[in-house]
Amino acid sequence: MLKSRITRWSRVGVAGLAATGALLLAACGSPAGAGGAAGGGDAEAPQTEKLKVALVTHAAPGDTFWDTIRAGAENAADLNNIDLLYTSDPDGARQAQLVQQAVDQGVDGIVVTLAKADAMSGEVKKAAEAGIPVFSINAGENDFKSMGVLAHFGQNEFIAGQAAGEQLNEAGKTKAICVIQEQGHVGLEARCEGLADTFEGTSEVLYVQGTDMTNVASTITSKLQTNKDIDAVLTLGAPFAMTAVDAIKDAGSSAALATTDLNPDVYAAIKDGTMLFGIDQQPFMQGYQSVEAVRLFNEGGYVLGGGQAVLTGPAVVNAANAESVAAQFK
Amino acid sequence: MSTVTAPKFDERVATGNLFTRFFSKPEAGASTAALVLAIMFAVVAPQFTQPDSIATILYGASTVGIMAVGVSLLMIGGEVDLSAGVGVISAALSSSLFMYWFGGNVWVGATIGLVFSLLVGLLNGWLLTKTKLSSFIITLATFFMLTGLNLGVTRLITGGVAAPSIANWPGFESAAAVFASDIPVFGVKVKITVFYWILLVAIATWVLKRTRVGNWIFASGGAPDAARAVGVPVVRTKIGLYMGVSFCAWLLGMHQLFAFKTVQSGEGIGNEFLYIIAAVVGGCLMTGGYGSAIGGAIGALIYGMALKGVVYAEWNPDWLKFFLGAMLLGATVLNFTLQRRAAQGGKK
Repeated sequence: MLKSRITRWSRVGVAGLAATGALLLAACGSPAGAGGAAGGGDAEAPQTEKLKVALVTHAAPGDTFWDTIRAGAENAADLNNIDLLYTSDPDGARQAQLVQQAVDQGVDGIVVTLAKADAMSGEVKKAAEAGIPVFSINAGENDFKSMGVLAHFGQNEFIAGQAAGEQLNEAGKTKAICVIQEQGHVGLEARCEGLADTFEGTSEVLYVQGTDMTNVASTITSKLQTNKDIDAVLTLGAPFAMTAVDAIKDAGSSAALATTDLNPDVYAAIKDGTMLFGIDQQPFMQGYQSVEAVRLFNEGGYVLGGGQAVLTGPAVVNAANAESVAAQFK
Repeated sequence: MSTVTAPKFDERVATGNLFTRFFSKPEAGASTAALVLAIMFAVVAPQFTQPDSIATILYGASTVGIMAVGVSLLMIGGEVDLSAGVGVISAALSSSLFMYWFGGNVWVGATIGLVFSLLVGLLNGWLLTKTKLSSFIITLATFFMLTGLNLGVTRLITGGVAAPSIANWPGFESAAAVFASDIPVFGVKVKITVFYWILLVAIATWVLKRTRVGNWIFASGGAPDAARAVGVPVVRTKIGLYMGVSFCAWLLGMHQLFAFKTVQSGEGIGNEFLYIIAAVVGGCLMTGGYGSAIGGAIGALIYGMALKGVVYAEWNPDWLKFFLGAMLLGATVLNFTLQRRAAQGGKK
């Protein structure tokens, strides 16, 4: 009696686990692909062997910026007969393990972000030594060569900051705050250093907790309330820019707002004059170019960049040129 | 069913059927769940069972498992430690910043890190016993303080947000060999943390099952007042348990330091929950007084398998967290259900 009930119970447990797995399998069967806009890429493309490429990023789940990178990568994968495996982990050590897993899976190419370069170097070197072509995107331009990475596609963070500084000079601003959403992020710090470098007024860094938007809003508001003479706010991510719009209003401040990294909302805000400008690193290009780079390398050992980082930004988007980039933010 | 001797229904004699004997152990349900999970991934992802992959999975599990050993013992002792995640980074940072500032041999730095870690554990335990507040509150405060210290001190000393590389200090090679080397096993490179993990689990199991201290831990967690009344040094036990967690944090911190040479000051936040989850899935009760070190290890293994399995199975990673949560729920429910059933057939 007892026994039969036990087996029933364990069956329920097992069935539950199995069902979860099955449900997930169904949910994650095949990516529909973001591309296909080019229309029948398969028909025109020469008959190439299918390649498997792993894209391993340090994205925190739910960050819109990475959707754009992923969309670019998916697009290139569709056009180039590539099977794309996307994984991410913000924790450097765990991201390194994801690279190791890609090697285990025997992929034909790895695209990786090197935000935590030191944590990544061991596994990336190993992958490169195993003969897998490795390309880096977004972060790691100072480190990619030493790890055996073939090419890097990204923006120089310091130059991006400098571009923002120049734009603020043109607008005649005198006192800026640079809002960093992740304390301890070297790339974001570099952007603020670039801003301080070219900006003729004074700029200071304001740290907010990017994982909590209410914190972002209240911190910016309180900063603007205490320093009435701040006339420019630079955020370093699109979602934070949209939060800052309200925060500036709440503080009763008339500070101009600008941001690095765009999304459709930011684009709309630039068009209607709510925001001054955006500094874009064209994440779509990072995803697209790096995945295509694997195919090109596989075809004939082609490598872009001549050993230097291939810069995908900064591209300044402001009221003057907003029309020409409209298609990117549909 | 021949009856030769006395009636078989005597509950004072703990010989139930095989099922009862197995499932009255805290780690039994977790073992079952781990097995189910391993079989499931082996079926959907052939890559999952390759030797290289197994080494990767074990490494991922060990980085949670090492901490889960300390945290399991602490939870059996009836407390939690929310500062364990950042504690790992604090240990690594205190070592590397000391070396950066004073120079010298990396082993000196490692020792400083150990002293600092143990002091944090001591502080946690001492505050807990002195203030009589819940460990949740105390360690939450420590968690915030350590998070701030990690960043503040790093910025103060280096001007940046990451500790500088320690690769060129004397003694680095030997320390890297101890904390972050690969050990070949049948031609597959297995990270040394896996062996530390197994060693720690063995030691913790021996302490729990075979020593007086083990009894003190169970007693302090199960019924602290009664334990105190019969002369168990509850205060010392709890302080010791916190220092045990600190030691594990130091070991893992040293691994991160010597494997990656630098430490990002903002990392480690949130990992404390992984350790608690591993312990709970492994059969440790949130209320204390029950559990095992092996259970915590299996809990960590389940986490490691799930995290890596989703990748090997090439599933969409958007679902990873959902899957993890569902799996933890499933494993824990299965665990306690089986235990309750088993308890009806034998003694707990």
